[in-house]
Amino acid sequence: MNLNELTAHKISGLLKARKTTPSEVAQSLTSHIAKNDKKVNAYVRLSDSAPESKTNPGALPIPIAIKDNICIKNVETTCSSKILGGFKPPYNATVINKLINSGSSIIGQTNMDEFAFGSSTENSYYGPTHNPWNLDCVPGGSSGGSAAAVAAHETIWAIGSDTGGSIRQPASFCGVVGIKPTYGRVSRYGLIAFASSLDQIGPITKDVEDSALLLNILAGFDTKDSTSVNIPVPDYTKALDGNVKNLKIGIPKEFFIDGMDPEVKKAVLESIEVLKKEGAHFIDVSLPHTDYSVATYYIIATAEASSNLARFDGVRHGLRATPDRARKSSIVDMFEETRKQGLGAEAKRRIMLGTYSLSSGYYDAYYLRAQKVRTLIKNDFDKVFAECDAILTPTSPTTAFKIGERVNNPLEMYLSDIYTISSNLSGIPAISLPCGFSKECLPIGLQIIAKPFNEEMMLRIAFAYEQKTEWHKMRAEL
Amino acid sequence: MITKVTVKYIAGLSRIHLQDSELEKLTYELEGILDYIKNLEKLDVSKVTPTSHVQPIKNVFREDNVEDSLKQEDALGFAIAQSQGSFRVPQVIE
Repeated sequence: MNLNELTAHKISGLLKARKTTPSEVAQSLTSHIAKNDKKVNAYVRLSDSAPESKTNPGALPIPIAIKDNICIKNVETTCSSKILGGFKPPYNATVINKLINSGSSIIGQTNMDEFAFGSSTENSYYGPTHNPWNLDCVPGGSSGGSAAAVAAHETIWAIGSDTGGSIRQPASFCGVVGIKPTYGRVSRYGLIAFASSLDQIGPITKDVEDSALLLNILAGFDTKDSTSVNIPVPDYTKALDGNVKNLKIGIPKEFFIDGMDPEVKKAVLESIEVLKKEGAHFIDVSLPHTDYSVATYYIIATAEASSNLARFDGVRHGLRATPDRARKSSIVDMFEETRKQGLGAEAKRRIMLGTYSLSSGYYDAYYLRAQKVRTLIKNDFDKVFAECDAILTPTSPTTAFKIGERVNNPLEMYLSDIYTISSNLSGIPAISLPCGFSKECLPIGLQIIAKPFNEEMMLRIAFAYEQKTEWHKMRAEL
Repeated sequence: MITKVTVKYIAGLSRIHLQDSELEKLTYELEGILDYIKNLEKLDVSKVTPTSHVQPIKNVFREDNVEDSLKQEDALGFAIAQSQGSFRVPQVIE
């Protein structure tokens, strides 16, 4: 097996035993990217600097790919949007500083739906990313570039961001592991905001052990993010003991609905049997407001997005368009022309929807109502977690769909996030890991949801499942 | 029901210049999405407290110590246009 196909924990072992060097690992990735990324289009930019090999004790000098919405000092960062073309942040995101301090070298920045608006990575100024398991299919989104880069062995691991499923759904579609941590667990400082009450940064990796290792690096309180929470970070790898005996896992009946792909349903039901054999108990639970989560999300997320994206107006950084009109142009004409030229169709759609629900006369009917339904959705989880340790569901109702299949139907696209959105609305952690393949050889994802700040519980269950199955060892052939 | 007049008004609030063809398409798409969102009206939320934020965090303060912050020249380093230590924009007052 080539070095680029290994997990971070395997490479770390080889480095410690001096059986390989950081530059050999980097070389293996670089040549693989040169050969394959034309087909996958996972990267929007590759780093031009050679990897530094830090040798401080405890360093984990593993190459990593970064989603294009996380600020890297003096390196172009665009959220895969035309409007941020040429923007080079004057500072590092906190997670970037943490990665650099841990010895990581950044290989490049990965493709995404513009400003993370999407579930397929088709809404990118740099063109769509292709799923390494079937190049005609989407990799999911919005962190599709990060998930595809991991699945195509174009990086050892990656980070993404998750506002409504943007780490877990692409992880599911690409057959890799993705975590959305508890809201407040990882600093959002330097993450270009989409919806500030929902966004979290998290790992995308080849297996559960790597996801625990990477979360160890990313997690922690940050004075620069007032929404990060100051509670100690455990060593997440300690939760990986394979013991799920007598744990109570809830199966929400509302998640097993019509319209769910029968192959997905079968794979998830089989995964329950695997965990039962290990001694876990399963109980039927109810999350009665599940049906309202997508509608609630698309009001709250777009309202916050319309406000967050107001700053992209041609004044400071990125694109400034000159209005081509006969009369003398005002500064407002410049704003309107810059946003017309610089933003893609989905970004415009979401800004407009968010502006509408916040506007005078509609606020109570839409935004305030959605915030109230958010309370009901969160209360559902609180009730279920009073009687069980975790919740198990599919990550997505289907496997990866074809490129172009849903671009003309925004609502259908939004519904592909139906199983992931409620964890963001409730602020709770969730992991997606591979649990099978369809007849067409497309990966299926299993989601495990845990209580706030109990990432260890979902990692424990995920690891126990992974130890008993071989799905994470499957390789996409390009 | 959302009308083209409303969509045009919202585009103005959003500072997005729309072409007529875009206006037509967006009105149709937003109507579909808002129709779906109408589902929320089925719920009685009259006694429910809204959630704006999931963590019970309030008033995050720090000691009023002077700390390093972003330098002016760094903030302007990749400015579209600058003049006298500021971002330069088209004329605001006519």
